[in-house]
Amino acid sequence: MRNEMPAIGAEARRRRGAVVLRALAKRYANFAAVDGIDLELAAGEFVTLLGPSGSGKTTTLMMVAGFTPPSEGDILLEGRSVAALAPERRNIGVVFQNYALFPHMSVEQNVGFPLRMRNQPSRTIAEKVAGALRLVRLEGLGGRMPKQLSGGQQQRVAFARALVFDPDLLLMDEPLGALDKNLREQMQFELKRLHAELGVTILYVTHDQEEALTMSDRIALMNGGRIVQLGTAEDLYERPNSRFVAEFIGESNVIEGRLEDGAGFVAVGGARFPAPCQKAGDPTLMVVRPEKFSLAPPGTPGIPGVVAGLVYVGDFTRYLVDVEGGLRLIVKVQNRRTADRARDGERVALRLDPADARLLNA
Amino acid sequence: MAAIPGRRFPRPWRSGEGLLVLPALLFYLAVYLYPLSRIAAWSLFERGFTLKFYRELLDEPMYFRALGNTLEISFLSTALCLLLGYPLAYLMATTSARARSALMVLVLIPFWTSILVRTFAWMVILGNNGMVNRTLMALGLTGAPVKLLFNMLGVQIGMVHVLLPFMVFPLFAVMSGIDPNILRVARSLGAAPRRAFRHVFLPLSLPGIAAGCVLVFLLAVGFYVTPALLGGPGQITLATMIEMQINTFLNWGFAASLGIVLLLVVGGIFAAFSTLLGIGRLTGEA
Repeated sequence: MRNEMPAIGAEARRRRGAVVLRALAKRYANFAAVDGIDLELAAGEFVTLLGPSGSGKTTTLMMVAGFTPPSEGDILLEGRSVAALAPERRNIGVVFQNYALFPHMSVEQNVGFPLRMRNQPSRTIAEKVAGALRLVRLEGLGGRMPKQLSGGQQQRVAFARALVFDPDLLLMDEPLGALDKNLREQMQFELKRLHAELGVTILYVTHDQEEALTMSDRIALMNGGRIVQLGTAEDLYERPNSRFVAEFIGESNVIEGRLEDGAGFVAVGGARFPAPCQKAGDPTLMVVRPEKFSLAPPGTPGIPGVVAGLVYVGDFTRYLVDVEGGLRLIVKVQNRRTADRARDGERVALRLDPADARLLNA
Repeated sequence: MAAIPGRRFPRPWRSGEGLLVLPALLFYLAVYLYPLSRIAAWSLFERGFTLKFYRELLDEPMYFRALGNTLEISFLSTALCLLLGYPLAYLMATTSARARSALMVLVLIPFWTSILVRTFAWMVILGNNGMVNRTLMALGLTGAPVKLLFNMLGVQIGMVHVLLPFMVFPLFAVMSGIDPNILRVARSLGAAPRRAFRHVFLPLSLPGIAAGCVLVFLLAVGFYVTPALLGGPGQITLATMIEMQINTFLNWGFAASLGIVLLLVVGGIFAAFSTLLGIGRLTGEA
């Protein structure tokens, strides 16, 4: 694969494109779309802005691209401020969910557009366009019009067009959102391959947590115009820093209560859970991922409970287990052995390794 | 978004295309094709088949001049409407929703009064003793009244005023359908605003330009009231001639032949236009 793409790969692999967002904000008369965010991307890093709609992720992207002027803060690209530069002078590639191909231009003309705008000689343009189309595996389709391509092919053209001019940074706004599930997974893989080959810095926006978890080096989870947690997929899943993160990423049991000396974490209803630390005091929430529990026969050590419902999902079973005080917990158990499975209404004991519970301040 | 050709949604009941177009077809047969065939017949028959009306027409250069005037006025009006309408439609398509509806109302206001009233109003405004000339003279910009009426200037002022909405709306419809992300992408790919406009926005707005120009030109060719009232001897149009033949000379056959000639010339212009641009452009599916 590597020998196929010297035209646009060579420079990009030097790993340029460190990005710094400093106290970046977009405020309107009565609300803040982006409320002051700080974020640093190392050259060649793949960082995702993840969050519910209205969390400010797209606005952030628009400010970095130069389509929306920030009200405060700065954007540094390779150490120089680009906040005051027009979009055409930032050397940033952008890919949108709806592809935004030029419908009146052929595939080749679309991909060659950024090079023509840079007044490159036509021979160079032809070579680079061919290289970019090879890179996204669209050789031979250069003469087609965008309308004649499938959704996945159109998205590849958009990738090629955003990469062909060797940008310092690639911005992607839900680029796979319009594709069906199978194609989306295939394109995720393609995108990871392109990222690995070109080493271009990518700032990616999605509301799809699975996409964010599988593709990114780091994820910035946004809510209400702020970054609520920044970290790797594992950081966000295993060590959520707030109730919002615990509930947005994956499934969680969020249990209200308090730490008591020698008694672990006591839920509001009275159920006692083993806790990772024994100091009584501040924490008032405990977060436990459903798969961290395991089921044991009643009477054995553990938190006593009753199975209130179950859903068989193939490789695992999801149980609802009621414990003392009417607290209902979600428990996910791998179906490794039939003997391990509990029946509806059965009494069980829930086992939990204290290291797998996470204490939070409400 | 996906490249699936064909229908957008299935019809709720089964019926052929023929049945759906039938009511419109019948309507056009009754109010358009039948009268048109009668006009063609008048121009060719007077107690038996005759070409005398057409011969008369060819012998008299006055009618050619009228035809030339008609085309000149129409082309000029179309060009002026495009020149004025394009920036206006662009503004409407790109501004805030509130400003857009305000502009929309302003564009529509001329429709609220009849063409006749508007044309007479222009006579009052543009006349030698009208508002414009009195203002110009009061400001000392001119000593004697400027001739604003009974010439091409007057005709164009009156016609552009009436025809502008017909240019603005097709343009606006096409422009507001252009994905703003396409323009953003063009900028980020290195196109400064002017080049983004020239290479992306302008070509994508071509179907609107074609539709607006066709509409305005067709309306202008058949215009009667405004050129007749605001124009001078140099602006006698074929429509004026037709009116004269019928009302003054009661020469229906000759008037019909003038109508047929106008129809053929305009048809010819459009045939040339559509082969030049491709018929897709004219019907807006570029």
